[in-house]
Amino acid sequence: MLAMFFWAFVVGGLICVIGQLLFDVAKLTPAHTLSLFVVIGAILDGVGLYEPFIDFAGAGATIPITSFGNSLVHGALQEAEQHGLIGVLTGMFEVTSSGISAAIVFGFIGALLFKPKG
Amino acid sequence: MLIGKQSWAFQNKPVILETGVTGGPFESNGALPEDFDLLYDDLWMEQESYEKAHRLLMEKAVEIALQKGNVQKEDIQFFLAGDLTNQITPTSFAARTNAIPYFGLYGACSTSMEGLALASFIVNYGGAHYLLTGASSHNAAAERQFLYPTEYGGQKPPTAQWTITGAGVALVTRSEGLTGQFPYAVSATIGKVIDMGLKDPFNMGGAMAPAAVDTILAHFEDTGLTPDDYDLIVTGDLGEVGRETAYDLLQQRGCQMDKEKFQDCGLLIFKPDQPVLAGGSGAGCSAVVLYGHLLNEMKKGTYQKILVVATGALLSPLSVQQKESIPCIAHAVAIEYGTVC
Amino acid sequence: MSKDQTAKQEAYQKLQSKHELKRPVLKNCVKAFLVGGMFCLIGQAITYFYIYFFDFTEQTAGNPTVATMVFLSLLLTGFGVYDHIGQFAGAGSAVPVTGFGNAVISAAIEHRTEGFVLGVGGNMFKLAGSVILFGVFSAFVVALIKTIYLKIVGG
Repeated sequence: MLAMFFWAFVVGGLICVIGQLLFDVAKLTPAHTLSLFVVIGAILDGVGLYEPFIDFAGAGATIPITSFGNSLVHGALQEAEQHGLIGVLTGMFEVTSSGISAAIVFGFIGALLFKPKG
Repeated sequence: MLIGKQSWAFQNKPVILETGVTGGPFESNGALPEDFDLLYDDLWMEQESYEKAHRLLMEKAVEIALQKGNVQKEDIQFFLAGDLTNQITPTSFAARTNAIPYFGLYGACSTSMEGLALASFIVNYGGAHYLLTGASSHNAAAERQFLYPTEYGGQKPPTAQWTITGAGVALVTRSEGLTGQFPYAVSATIGKVIDMGLKDPFNMGGAMAPAAVDTILAHFEDTGLTPDDYDLIVTGDLGEVGRETAYDLLQQRGCQMDKEKFQDCGLLIFKPDQPVLAGGSGAGCSAVVLYGHLLNEMKKGTYQKILVVATGALLSPLSVQQKESIPCIAHAVAIEYGTVC
Repeated sequence: MSKDQTAKQEAYQKLQSKHELKRPVLKNCVKAFLVGGMFCLIGQAITYFYIYFFDFTEQTAGNPTVATMVFLSLLLTGFGVYDHIGQFAGAGSAVPVTGFGNAVISAAIEHRTEGFVLGVGGNMFKLAGSVILFGVFSAFVVALIKTIYLKIVGG
């Protein structure tokens, strides 16, 4: 269990370092960098590498935004296995729903409760 | 009177009779709080939106300038002002409140001197008895329009600047019948748009420096003066990066002066320990520092003749997304302190 | 643009970059590593919490963990703390899913002054929209390709 904490910290940290290099050296905006990461996550799951990555690094792989790409592909593939090609569209948000729905729901709640502080 | 290629000389000495200077929380913790007439301790100022607070800053600055100058709104012929927000709505709404015939100006952060130059010209030629001119900006309103929502965790690089929250307004009038000593406009140089191909909206200082240099050199060319004729040459908001670059560029073009003489409002307004990265910026920056601190220093006798060069970056959020470079401009007004009649 | 203009621009840009305050890349990377690692550490703790106290498995605990992290970013964003974390940590706070939450939530909070429908609703995805767009589209392409590939190889 302790080992998992260690790897979560290190792997998660390293993914962020890559992001930071893209910010500072490649001068990409956050939007560009995160979009790139999500696409990479999708491709890695497509070739079957993301799930083992999660087994190894735990939250170090599920917390960075790359995991969004992974969950979207996962959901899509699961549905496609059962229902054929149309499953690619219908299945996508089945697994990822929590991240995006949470962001939407909490975003609305945030707007109700909070004022920006500048 | 036109002198040289792009400058005016004001032989009738248009006077800055009084000023009104308002600011926000960062400025009240900054380097020049005593030079503000009114300071707010939060960005909302009890309004419903940042833009409404922005408008309030300008309205209050106008009110204070009128009060100090003992002049009524009805006696003012024209109001020349602007800000950074889309379609300069805060200034326009303030103009609505004040019901003074209005010239809305947009020169980004160079608006203050654009306004003062025009105001001086109009008064110099009898086009008005009293004029109000100024500029303002609001940190959160500028952030949310040009960059990101204010609570967003984006990381700004060290070249980025901090938009000041404040408004500076001057009451300009003819010198006829005035006894005593006043600051008055001597000349103005209107800048051209200069674009050196820089594209980073987080480094405006670097983009604006060439415009400042171009206008400063044009000013000396047109007036026949040199840096020795001024006690201070101060730019609007070049910040650390812009000031170093502009100074270097001026040296290269043969314009020599002591570094101490070459200051920047964006660096004067904040303390070095405030998290403002490369310095203050915004349409209000040059206005509040000039109409507050610098004129106060002139009254104390620290400076007798200064050249104020307000610098603006004429970009929009859309132009940045369309990968355009940042065109910049700088307007200069020379101000002297003394008897006018 | 004339060649003379471009040469002038290049000369100026060279001069300017001498004075440009450089980004402290190494320092930024260290900070990103520490803060990003921290968020993942917290995420790991939350994952175990869901596995042991609720009936989730290692595979399914990811979902409620992400939702909890986004809730965390609601608190940090709402109380005006996330922007300071972001200035300090850069990618360390942008890359974890809390950064996604912050992007949506900060936009929602900011645009309340324009009303809930046009302001909040219309602007909420200002920053995060590209992540959703490219995530969904790339997932679509990847899944499509893989499904077709499996069909060809399988049967």
